[in-house]
Amino acid sequence: MIIIKNDLCDFCGACVSVCPVDVIELFESRLLIDHEKCTECINCVKVCPFKVLEFHK
Amino acid sequence: MNKFYDIVVVGGGPAGSTAARVAAQRGAKVLLLEKDREIGVPVRCGEAVGEKGLRRVLEPKPEWIANKIEAVRLVAPDGTIVKVYHEDIGFVLDRKRFDYDLAMMAAQQGVRVVTKAYVYGLLTENGTVTGIKVFHLGNHFQVKAKVVIGADGVESRVGRWSGLKTNVKLKDMETCVQMTVSNIKLEKSYCDFYFSNQLAPGGYLWVFPKNEHLANIGMGISGEYAAHKAPLEYLQEFIEKKFPEAAVLTTVAGGVPCAPFMDKVVTNGLMLIGDAAHQANPVTGGGIIQSIIASEIAGKVAAAAVKENDPSENRLSEYAKQWDKENGGNHRRAYRLKEAVYKLTDDELNRTAAAISKKPSEKQTIVNIFKTALIQHPKLIPDVIKIFLAGN
Repeated sequence: MIIIKNDLCDFCGACVSVCPVDVIELFESRLLIDHEKCTECINCVKVCPFKVLEFHK
Repeated sequence: MNKFYDIVVVGGGPAGSTAARVAAQRGAKVLLLEKDREIGVPVRCGEAVGEKGLRRVLEPKPEWIANKIEAVRLVAPDGTIVKVYHEDIGFVLDRKRFDYDLAMMAAQQGVRVVTKAYVYGLLTENGTVTGIKVFHLGNHFQVKAKVVIGADGVESRVGRWSGLKTNVKLKDMETCVQMTVSNIKLEKSYCDFYFSNQLAPGGYLWVFPKNEHLANIGMGISGEYAAHKAPLEYLQEFIEKKFPEAAVLTTVAGGVPCAPFMDKVVTNGLMLIGDAAHQANPVTGGGIIQSIIASEIAGKVAAAAVKENDPSENRLSEYAKQWDKENGGNHRRAYRLKEAVYKLTDDELNRTAAAISKKPSEKQTIVNIFKTALIQHPKLIPDVIKIFLAGN
């Protein structure tokens, strides 16, 4: 499962852009992920400039 | 916010404001929606721009310009500095003022600008986009429009909701961090670019001064190379080493699509512009000028389509055709170049810098630098010449 540390996030949208299944949603200051539809490709984890997203098995 | 507009533009950056202004000038009733609380903030941008390019699209106002740049310096991994002689000098902008003004110019043409307006879906009828769903100050609204323009940046979802492929491959996403740093001392007339696989693998690090004591220092690396070390960590290490006394005033993250030319940027009732349409130059990551040029075309075509009451993909694809003619060739060449340049080893970069340093200063041009760097890739040399002699 992908965990988002929202308090560290800068809301830049890089993770949204590289998500192949479009399950990340970015509000002004909130990032949400639809865990049910997530395929755990971890593109978002790799791309995040601040390493706000983490993959937990 | 009314319930009907001719055109709704999603995103209040330079692309969105430009398309909105141009369409309104041609008589369209336009709504411009920005999700953040303020236009122009946060500034996720190095803010450097070529003077020629800027003058091509707008007459620069003094208050947009933080600093005038006289030359670019490229720094090799071993520290060799190559000063590039190029006739197109540039500016470090004040993007906040710039973006504010572009939105104001749109408003002066009658565009209705609304901030804190979060668009969360599209309205569609029979395969045509007919409006948007927006959340604004606690209320949900549906706004109908003949044309929706997605200027919603790198994270563009407007395009994806309509079926356009706006997602970017990991390797083509430059993951960036920038700090605006004070309490340093620099020569303010130079923009510096550091190329090194230690500092910024698959990308570069930049120092763009706003004055002698203030600079945007940032870096971008390919998403492929960012898995094990965050850009934030790379940048902190560089600043601690190079500017130990620095005071960091701002830290921002960002993603820049350095992607192949996006052919399909329209569908029935919908157009994409700016980062949402991957219009940044894949080599430099710069996107302001291209976005504005594309948005002018999009605004004109959208206004004409509204007048003719024909928002079909066929009608709107006039924008895609004109944009391809304007920049398609250059973008495709730049993408090929990016694929080769960001694979150079530190040894190759050092050898390039050493060879160029031996040339007379007037030969230390960007074309010659790329020619030398890409000596193993002779097929790319015509691309280099076409790109840089076209002044893009």
